[in-house]
Amino acid sequence: MNAPSEFLDYGPDALILAGLNGRNWGLGDYIARGGYEALKKILAEKVAPANVIAEVKKSGLRGRGGAGFPTGLKWSFMPQQYSGDKYLVCNSDEGEPGTFKDRDILRYNPHILIEGMAIAAYAMGCKRGYNYVHGEIWDTYERCEEALEEAYQAGLLGDNILGSGFSFHLYNCHGYGAYICGEETALLESLEGKKGMPRFKPPFPASVGMYGKPTTINNTETFAAVPWIIRKGGEAFLNLGRPNNGGTKIFSVTGDVERPGNFEVKLGLPFASLLDMAGGMRGGHKLKACIPGGSSMPVLPADIMMATDMDYDSIAKAGSMLGSGAVIIMDETRCMVRSLLRLSYFYFEESCGQCTPCREGTGWLWRVVNRIEHGQGRNEDLDLLISVSDNIAGRTICALGDAAALPVKSFIKHFRDEFQYHIDHKQCLVPAYV
Amino acid sequence: MCRALRTGSLVNRLIMLSSDALKRIDREIAKYPPEHRQSAVIAALAIAQDEHAWLSTETMDFVAHYLGMPPIAVYEVATFYEMFDTEPTGKYKLTICTNLPCALSSAAQAAAHLKQKLGIDFGETTADGLFTLKEGECFGACGDAPVVLVNNKRMCSWMKPEQLDGLIAELSAEAKR
Repeated sequence: MNAPSEFLDYGPDALILAGLNGRNWGLGDYIARGGYEALKKILAEKVAPANVIAEVKKSGLRGRGGAGFPTGLKWSFMPQQYSGDKYLVCNSDEGEPGTFKDRDILRYNPHILIEGMAIAAYAMGCKRGYNYVHGEIWDTYERCEEALEEAYQAGLLGDNILGSGFSFHLYNCHGYGAYICGEETALLESLEGKKGMPRFKPPFPASVGMYGKPTTINNTETFAAVPWIIRKGGEAFLNLGRPNNGGTKIFSVTGDVERPGNFEVKLGLPFASLLDMAGGMRGGHKLKACIPGGSSMPVLPADIMMATDMDYDSIAKAGSMLGSGAVIIMDETRCMVRSLLRLSYFYFEESCGQCTPCREGTGWLWRVVNRIEHGQGRNEDLDLLISVSDNIAGRTICALGDAAALPVKSFIKHFRDEFQYHIDHKQCLVPAYV
Repeated sequence: MCRALRTGSLVNRLIMLSSDALKRIDREIAKYPPEHRQSAVIAALAIAQDEHAWLSTETMDFVAHYLGMPPIAVYEVATFYEMFDTEPTGKYKLTICTNLPCALSSAAQAAAHLKQKLGIDFGETTADGLFTLKEGECFGACGDAPVVLVNNKRMCSWMKPEQLDGLIAELSAEAKR
């Protein structure tokens, strides 16, 4: 495993990533940081599962994978009285361009995920769980396997955990290079040993999930927030952030900044402060644009971004989405046509091919942006791109269609003059580095 | 009947993997309920690919037989997931992510350097059969850009031209040993 290149400074407000140095990932270190106290507490006090869910609801915790759905509410959809198998799944298939936060949780603090999942399993009555890890981060997967082994050895997983009568079996598994498997129902298909093609919803996984059984799927960071919530209370978590935007959030900052990396901050932090934490703009350049929530979210120009706070509702108000918390920073030397071209290629490449609007549309978008970039754009192309985007968005089984369409529309909306310049002059408006 | 015939044919029963690989596959199978052996197919194919460097039809047929799946269902999986190779590759497959966040941190220059150094384009293999170069999509390690994966499993971070030269030299020397 790569040693961390520098001291891991995730920021003063870190909860999930607090106190990590890259080497203290083991069970003993985690326990020394207060780890497994929350699980031990609910097992010893025999807290009613409904009360665990109520605490998570109170915390305002929202799904950290991209959709931002309230976690406690999601947990309450699981049928409590159902007597058959129920499954718990962690979506660690982190492949949204710009996002690399779950990797740090998994490799530097894997037990926090194990504890979070065990608590969730207790709350929902799941006997089995799977942690589905992105295929490309193999050393991190192996770290997860080591941590799991430690937890089983210590009686923190398996049958009759700590003599409580509660049993939970957790396993790690991995993908092998398919972005679409980050979509929860595609992930379930993949877990069942199939191509990762998303399922039509409803029925939702809480009713018909893995092997057709009730299943809850949460992101790694979501589970990782749970032990703290149980230890300190939902209200304390909520108070860290803003109403409806509780707690801390890990932002992965990339692009034209001095220090790309992960920063765990209280939700509601001004964007400018986050930019400072990442060392500011690289080489003293000027901020031109920012994609605040991963490549699938709309891009925003500098002036809007600088006036925005980093929480779900503020970013939505500014015209984009917090998504997975991947903040992609672009300076004034970046060509927006070329940037969009690379993103369009990604969605074209990763479309699973199941729905016609996405399968055909993503290729169409890529080809049109490609000809604009290469000086063969036509005057009607910008309207054509909008039209194709509109005909993909909302017309596919999963959100990949929307994810391909949203960047296109936002790039043209905010940087139309650059696209028009490419079409009119057959060349770029800015000296592109990308 | 038809399925039994297919999965029971002589070719499928030839043991294509070492006992160590089979042991590792058994460990993956054990993670799932007994009636869902198919769930282990991605792990099984990854283990098979580690052993043979790529997935031939014979290898995939064997995995199908071992997991009790129709061969076509295994081919579907092997061709759907990017990290599987259903054609021979060089001894070292280098995959570099060029997606936007990585591109903003010099991944495009790193890719160009690799192409020039190896004299091949994406999807090609060097004449000596040592290196195959592939363009990857998000590895989930954007903060480490540029990032190169060696044979899917070894991640190399912050790969500027100097580090890339070092990696090529290291692998070339390893191949000679």
